Amino acid sequence: MGDWLTPVEWEALALSLKVASWSVAVSLPLALATAWALSRGRFPGRTLLNGVVHLPLILPPVVTGYLLLIAFGAQGPIGGVLQDVFGISVAFRWTGAVLAAAVMGFPLMVRAIRLSLDGVDRRMEAAARTLGAGPATVFATVTLPQLLPGMIAGAILSFAKGVGEFGATITFVANIPGETRTLSIAIYSFLQTPSGDAAAIRLTVIAVALSMAALVASELLARRASRRIKGFDA
Amino acid sequence: MNAPAPALHIAVEKRLSERITIAADFQAGDGVTALFGRSGAGKTSLVEMIAGLLRPDRGRIAVQGRVLFDSQARIDLPAEARRVGYVFQDARLFPHLTVRRNLLYGRWAGRRRGALKLETVCRLLDLDPLLERRPGALSGGEVQRVAIGRALLADPAILLMDEPLASLDGPRKNEILPFLERLKEESGVPIVYVSHAMEEVIRLADQMVLLDGGRVAAVGPIEDVTTRLDLRPLTGRYEAGAVVPVRVEGHDEAYELTTLLITPEAKLQVPRLKLPVGAALRIRLRARDVTLSLTRPEGASTLNVLAGAVRELAPAEGPFVDVLVDAGAPIWSRVTRLSADRMGLAPGRAVYAVVKAGAIDRASLGRAG
Repeated sequence: MGDWLTPVEWEALALSLKVASWSVAVSLPLALATAWALSRGRFPGRTLLNGVVHLPLILPPVVTGYLLLIAFGAQGPIGGVLQDVFGISVAFRWTGAVLAAAVMGFPLMVRAIRLSLDGVDRRMEAAARTLGAGPATVFATVTLPQLLPGMIAGAILSFAKGVGEFGATITFVANIPGETRTLSIAIYSFLQTPSGDAAAIRLTVIAVALSMAALVASELLARRASRRIKGFDA
Repeated sequence: MNAPAPALHIAVEKRLSERITIAADFQAGDGVTALFGRSGAGKTSLVEMIAGLLRPDRGRIAVQGRVLFDSQARIDLPAEARRVGYVFQDARLFPHLTVRRNLLYGRWAGRRRGALKLETVCRLLDLDPLLERRPGALSGGEVQRVAIGRALLADPAILLMDEPLASLDGPRKNEILPFLERLKEESGVPIVYVSHAMEEVIRLADQMVLLDGGRVAAVGPIEDVTTRLDLRPLTGRYEAGAVVPVRVEGHDEAYELTTLLITPEAKLQVPRLKLPVGAALRIRLRARDVTLSLTRPEGASTLNVLAGAVRELAPAEGPFVDVLVDAGAPIWSRVTRLSADRMGLAPGRAVYAVVKAGAIDRASLGRAG
């Protein structure tokens, strides 16, 4: 299979999907915790946290990528610790691309989850407690199901963002074929070579199709989940 | 040996806002205790404090002798550890779960194991046809029945019902009331029933706690509370009347009548009731269905004439005055002031109270424990 894409193009597509999947998997629990703190928490610095979470949405991606490079580079304050203590290296590795994608998609995910968290019926949670369920059980059996549409929407948005991430990724982990050359970076690279137009167009079509599919899937899944939650479907 | 602990003992204070402070202190026995009062009297806040959803500023709450809250001893059990069943006014079924999963929520999520079986509760509340449905596909009455079943199956030591009928229309209310009566007779769980509808209270409750502005205005058997003159401003928003405990003495099949005994001397004949001889019940006699006469009426179509004496007179709205008559039990009669003056009605005056047989209908009956 795959005659219509060259191995190099396949590599870029597969890498993009891998990076985006990991970025969603890693950031989902964090985004849930952050959304929880922003929606339910009453602590000083909540506004500040809200601002920091949204920064990647407003900052130029190059700036975000450069900040990541400073912090997570091999000599950076966080990167050094990761390397020394856990043996994890993110600089110029595909894991760094995951980090960049996760950071860029984080505000989208937090926003979607927070919106549904604000809409969660807290009276249901009180009812569950009177029936003997402790806080963790209430969260798992009552709150989480109501959050599902928002989490799905947030995850898919963040996934689509991760597949297409360019600025922060190329600044942070550069353009290394097979390691950090994701879809968008591959398109950019092909455009730099004289005979790369056809490949760039093929990848562009794929990027458009992927984004559309993600959008439609998020719409459908969220609608189905919200119907289930409202108790109409079996 | 100590006397058994009351079903509920509560003495709490809670400042809700600048103007409203709840300060309530009362005990409730087994059976059904009505928390009665107008909106804003603090009924819901009180049951929320019992359930652990609202924290009192100070005080003590104990259910069947088990302390749930004690500000001095620094005891404040979380809601999930209180074993207090709560039927909410808005039911609060979990929309993403089937009726069966909702009913059993206390078991699989709350790890509660009670003696009550799912089959028993389903029979009691007629839930079998609903088990595989989702809450979104239920009617208002069905939703409330499921909510009651769900609370029961979580093995409560006491059941709080916060106006479970308030969101239902008239026919739906009448659909649920028989279930509540059965629940009271068969479950054996003490019930605190919040309501501002006197009809429901009379049908279901044995005792009544009258709340006014966050404070307890009266506690007692509902017959006493509803006939106390000083409480009329609080209890009298519903149509004036007295609650009278009676016993079924016998049935007259030929005339389709049932004889009810207030005292051996005071009897009432009412349309045939489907109740066994000897059954104890409460009836409500509306003041406007009771007329007074100075002599025993002869040749009139009314069957029920009770001899008694005037105890008190209380001005009612417009040209009327309500007369409390001792006729085996205290009953109210509403007459015009003109009649009262012409008849010379005054405390101690001997009168005959004439009660229309048709005045006692199904809705004014309550089974007494």
